[in-house]
Amino acid sequence: MKASISEKRGRRSIRETAIERILFLAGITATISVALITIFIFGSGIPALLDSGFVNFLVGTNWSPANGSYGTLPLTAGTMAVTLTALVLGIPTGIACAVFLSEILHRKAARVFKFAIELLAGIPSVVYGFFGLIVVVPAVRTYILPLVRLWDPDAHTTGLSILSGAIILAVMILPTIVSLSENAISSVPAEYREASLALGANKRQTITGVLIPAARSGILASIILGMGRAIGETMAILLITGNVAVLPKSLLDPVATLTGTIAMEMSYASASHQQALFAVGIILFIIIMLLNAVAQGVSKRMGVNQ
Amino acid sequence: MGNNSNAAMRPETQFEIRDLDLFYDKFQALHHVDMDILKNRVTALIGPSGCGKSTFIRTLNRMNDLIPIVKITGSVKFDGTDIFGRDCDVIALRKKVGMVFQKPNPFPKTVYENIVYGPRIHGEKNKRKLDELVEMSLKQVALWDEVKDRLHKPALGLSGGQQQRLCIARCLAVEPEVILMDEPTSALDPVATLKIEELMSSLRERYTIVIVTHNMQQAGRISDFTSFFLNGEVIETDHTDAIFSNPSNSKTEEYITGRFG
Amino acid sequence: MIKNRLFYSVVWFLSILTLAVLLMIIGYIMYRGLTQISWEFLSEKPALMGKKGGIFPVIIGTLYVTGVALVIAAPIGIAAAVYFVEYSKEGRLVRIIRTFTEVLAGIPSIIIGLFGFAFFVVFLGFGWSVLSGGLSVSLMILPILIRSTEEALKTVPLSYREGSLSLGASKWETTYKIVLPCCKNGILTGLILSIGRVVGETAVIMLTVGGALKVPMSLFDSTRTMALHMYILAAEGISQERAFATAALLVLIILVINGLANIISARIGGAHGK
Repeated sequence: MKASISEKRGRRSIRETAIERILFLAGITATISVALITIFIFGSGIPALLDSGFVNFLVGTNWSPANGSYGTLPLTAGTMAVTLTALVLGIPTGIACAVFLSEILHRKAARVFKFAIELLAGIPSVVYGFFGLIVVVPAVRTYILPLVRLWDPDAHTTGLSILSGAIILAVMILPTIVSLSENAISSVPAEYREASLALGANKRQTITGVLIPAARSGILASIILGMGRAIGETMAILLITGNVAVLPKSLLDPVATLTGTIAMEMSYASASHQQALFAVGIILFIIIMLLNAVAQGVSKRMGVNQ
Repeated sequence: MGNNSNAAMRPETQFEIRDLDLFYDKFQALHHVDMDILKNRVTALIGPSGCGKSTFIRTLNRMNDLIPIVKITGSVKFDGTDIFGRDCDVIALRKKVGMVFQKPNPFPKTVYENIVYGPRIHGEKNKRKLDELVEMSLKQVALWDEVKDRLHKPALGLSGGQQQRLCIARCLAVEPEVILMDEPTSALDPVATLKIEELMSSLRERYTIVIVTHNMQQAGRISDFTSFFLNGEVIETDHTDAIFSNPSNSKTEEYITGRFG
Repeated sequence: MIKNRLFYSVVWFLSILTLAVLLMIIGYIMYRGLTQISWEFLSEKPALMGKKGGIFPVIIGTLYVTGVALVIAAPIGIAAAVYFVEYSKEGRLVRIIRTFTEVLAGIPSIIIGLFGFAFFVVFLGFGWSVLSGGLSVSLMILPILIRSTEEALKTVPLSYREGSLSLGASKWETTYKIVLPCCKNGILTGLILSIGRVVGETAVIMLTVGGALKVPMSLFDSTRTMALHMYILAAEGISQERAFATAALLVLIILVINGLANIISARIGGAHGK
């Protein structure tokens, strides 16, 4: 019997092809989802944008759905105020933790610390919000307010404020900043480190003068992603920032954010109000996409540099 | 395999390779290879590292398909069928052309599961038949006595030499006609190497063996034919005795006598 | 060197502060919440919108939504990862598909919630339901599952695949019988992390599952998850005690999940020693 290798294509190869098709379908599911998300968010929101007028919607300072007035500047300002304050608190802390993790702690201790950071990432945002509401908000009212009154006697706050939100957000974005920065710092080639130490620089000078600058793209990417996380965060903010859609004047003022407004008002919104909330979603969507694109670009550049 | 009886009289051609070129992207790794590999003979491929012998042997069971940047022109006929042709079933080809790799690569399964993997894939479900196959294949590679009490223990617990013999047994269990061996002893110690070489001499009766080796003594000890590769070209192919005692090409002679490579 | 001193003090201070904040959050929630958790709390129906009684329907709702999300996302995520690592050839289309997978991971949950509301709840007419919620949340965990499976697939040595293919196994047989079994732990880690993600998610649930305080009888029933229930208790000032108890339960689950994921991924390290 001389069985040939040119026989039996049949069932087996049909099965293989079918399986490959199915796997391909699974592979494009995420892409299709993103497309659908884009279509439905834009499709549902664009009518409101057209109604209010694009410019009015973006820079109008009056958000009062009851009167059909949809100016989102207070919301964008609220989001930005909370996010930037959170970054001011979170960036130094995050980088310090990253340095601590990659350069100072020994391996075993570093594993424990890493686990702690992962836990921080795992805690649900609603729990953060609740903690903020119960602990941070009163703390701002009772401890921070008197301090501020020392130079501004008229200051007042309920505690529901940009500052309270930012404190909680800063904690929430730490895991993103720490883990990505730590990656960037520990992937700096060993020669850099050795070269610096060989020149007589001490460890501190090596860290601040060589490692952090060499890892700056990765650190920057981590900050941008952390910023994206902060802007997109909903539940924590919702409980802490007070949800008042007015342009804030101080860090102790309450604000409404893009995300918080959507979450708050969606449940009772009328049809046109709902469209306006989808339009707010469009703004959020665009901001996040831009930030992600920038972060991608930055970390790609990092790949080229090394 | 009813053709064993007349094999001794007039060897048939198992592989007929004509004008084979192989490119990794733009780098040409094989140049115009022409070769006949005879049935039921041991053919050794020798040459300095990077000369294309491993690339060549991996072409014979189309293992290079795994590397997307590889482009191949020319023809390789197995029993008269072009293995790159449209009507070639690569699975059927690989069933007939088994392969043993440089580093032992048993699956992270038990010894038993390693052996029956191939037969099961090809449709054998009968438990008794499978048990027999396991015993037979392991006996063929002289591993049976060493592992018969640990058939259901992880194969990764065996020594390197045992693992490699297990891989040969795994290959035999599929009942191939050809066994390709890509430097099968390079990761093994001398004792294990000797065992594998003994094993090869016992297999030569029934299989066509193509072996890549960097070890010329090994080629001399075990092969009927030897082919010398240099920079992706076949410099010469001849009876092993002839290559080692009286090479017709001066480059072969230089290599054999250790002047380069 | 005063500069050195300062530098190390700052780094140590901020790092310890981070750790302290973590411990404080977990400790405080546990301290205020654990004492409230009792068998009755877990097994009884709520009364007065959750002011009294337990959270039994909410636990069932959480399990239900999580189950639906995993049933949808796990096969797709694993299959997608297999496609990316084992099947796809480098090319523009594949690069685009992979980029969009990353993009999906970056979309904030409130946007997923809005989409889920517009698409599943309204457009497809599933209403506020377990199904709408499960589908929406599955979009959030899909990238997690894809990534963890991909990572696991990449650690499987090429030599296993070569060994299998050389025996005449097809690509799928090789993938299914040799490669995927090596990825058990990695896939399990992905599943566990996904569960954590679903259990903790609130915004999406709020917009797609509704918030009915009852045990869901079918896929089309509205219900609540623990996270959403906790939010409502806190935001509407219904019961701080109950909110703390639910929060403690959530944190406990997250602790277990992270611990498990860590143990499993520590085991992955030793799996392919040879």
